[in-house]
Amino acid sequence: MNDARKEGTWEAKKGLAQMLKGGVIMDVVNADQARIAQEAGAVAVMALERVPADIRSQGGVARMSDPQMIRGIQEEVDIPVMAKCRIGHFVEAQILEAMAVDFIDESEVLTPADESNHVDKHKFSVPFVCGATNLGEALRRIGEGAAMIRTKGEAGTGNVVEAVRHARSVLGAIRRLAATPGDELMSIAREMGAPFDLVLYVHSNGQLPVVNFAAGGVATPADAAMMMQLGMDGVFVGSGIFKSGNPEKRARAIVEAVSRYDDPDVLARVSENLGEAMVGINITTLGEEERMARRGW
Amino acid sequence: MSPVGVLALQGGVAEHVRILRSLGCTVREVRTPEELSHVSAVFLPGGESTTLISLMNRWSVTPALRDLCRRGLPVFGTCAGAILLAKEVLEKEHDISQESLALADVRAVRNYFGRQRSSFVQSLDIKGLSSPFKGIFIRAPLLNPLSEKVRVLSSVEDGPVLLRQDNLWLSSFHPELTADGRVHRLFLEEHGLMEPATDRRDG
Repeated sequence: MNDARKEGTWEAKKGLAQMLKGGVIMDVVNADQARIAQEAGAVAVMALERVPADIRSQGGVARMSDPQMIRGIQEEVDIPVMAKCRIGHFVEAQILEAMAVDFIDESEVLTPADESNHVDKHKFSVPFVCGATNLGEALRRIGEGAAMIRTKGEAGTGNVVEAVRHARSVLGAIRRLAATPGDELMSIAREMGAPFDLVLYVHSNGQLPVVNFAAGGVATPADAAMMMQLGMDGVFVGSGIFKSGNPEKRARAIVEAVSRYDDPDVLARVSENLGEAMVGINITTLGEEERMARRGW
Repeated sequence: MSPVGVLALQGGVAEHVRILRSLGCTVREVRTPEELSHVSAVFLPGGESTTLISLMNRWSVTPALRDLCRRGLPVFGTCAGAILLAKEVLEKEHDISQESLALADVRAVRNYFGRQRSSFVQSLDIKGLSSPFKGIFIRAPLLNPLSEKVRVLSSVEDGPVLLRQDNLWLSSFHPELTADGRVHRLFLEEHGLMEPATDRRDG
């Protein structure tokens, strides 16, 4: 290897997330679904054994997927393959890195392995994406080395309301921070529990230092376009595609909606005749312990 | 002068827009054949090439862009954008052939350098620039010329990474991910879209 060549740098990790912008990342549980996702125009797939809707209904401890299953998906498609590790489970992350997955999602959808600490993501040459419900949480994850942030939303519900709440919370706090006088920043960093240098970055630049996607409950082209109009950089769709009546068509429609998110005429056309959306769950009927977004801090 | 366009269907669009604005260009994001007809040059950004070609077909951008390229519109494709311009597209591990605009006499081998953990940064010597340029390679393709018409402007050990065939420029790295506008400026100057600056090679 050439000495002048540096692999797995921060620029390379953050850069892959930048190349995913304006795109849709789809949850898939086997090679067939991965191929359908790629043909529909997904920018990446998330390989996992059970989509969040099934994790919810089946219960039990949800862990990293079987490496063989992930390998099968890597062999099937040439777009980036992501996979999830449990919050704080650095050995699952090591295994996923050894398998050369392109992105690791340290995800609240799986059962947390550590209630106090997240993975030290700077140690890895593979980039990480982490969920956040507010700006302080987003900056803590970036401080630990996350190269991409997403809303937590409420995965597996088909209900976009929590993703909207988290997007508005993060983006609203960014707008306020940009307008805050410099001498109040340390006090804000303390209240948020966020690293000061990152608070300063957001104040100076009016945006996060990494890409910010929507996730958790996106089920329709309109949901996806709404998240984009709110200011998100792209969209994860979990259970919403393969728990619907016509996955091929819905996947394609969501990809098209994200690329032309601010044109209602286009959105009307792509939303036509997609078959049944996933049934969905009214989040107020979920108990506190059933809410995945409360996992992590 | 007409604005410089950046194809804005998916990928690292804002990065090209930012760097072009920093050079003083008027920039327009283009998504339709109509918008394409009003620009003096187009950047095809990095992103996922399979996603991009599928969206370009969906919004009828493919035939319009092909036609404009053949009539001499200066076009610069970075990474996925370069794959779109290449006549032949192969993939390192998978036996696939992929649709593209098929304009430049270039064979692109997708994911040549491996998966994301092998993405890298390397200093590059580029013809026309007097000092090295930081090359950021992300799941990058290798670009091999298929004819004499293609000029190699920069290479690494594995092969060429910046190529030009008349009005078509292809890079396997991402000049838009740096704060260094020299590669964009070189392209714009060569096509008469920017006045050469006195500090042109070192800015």
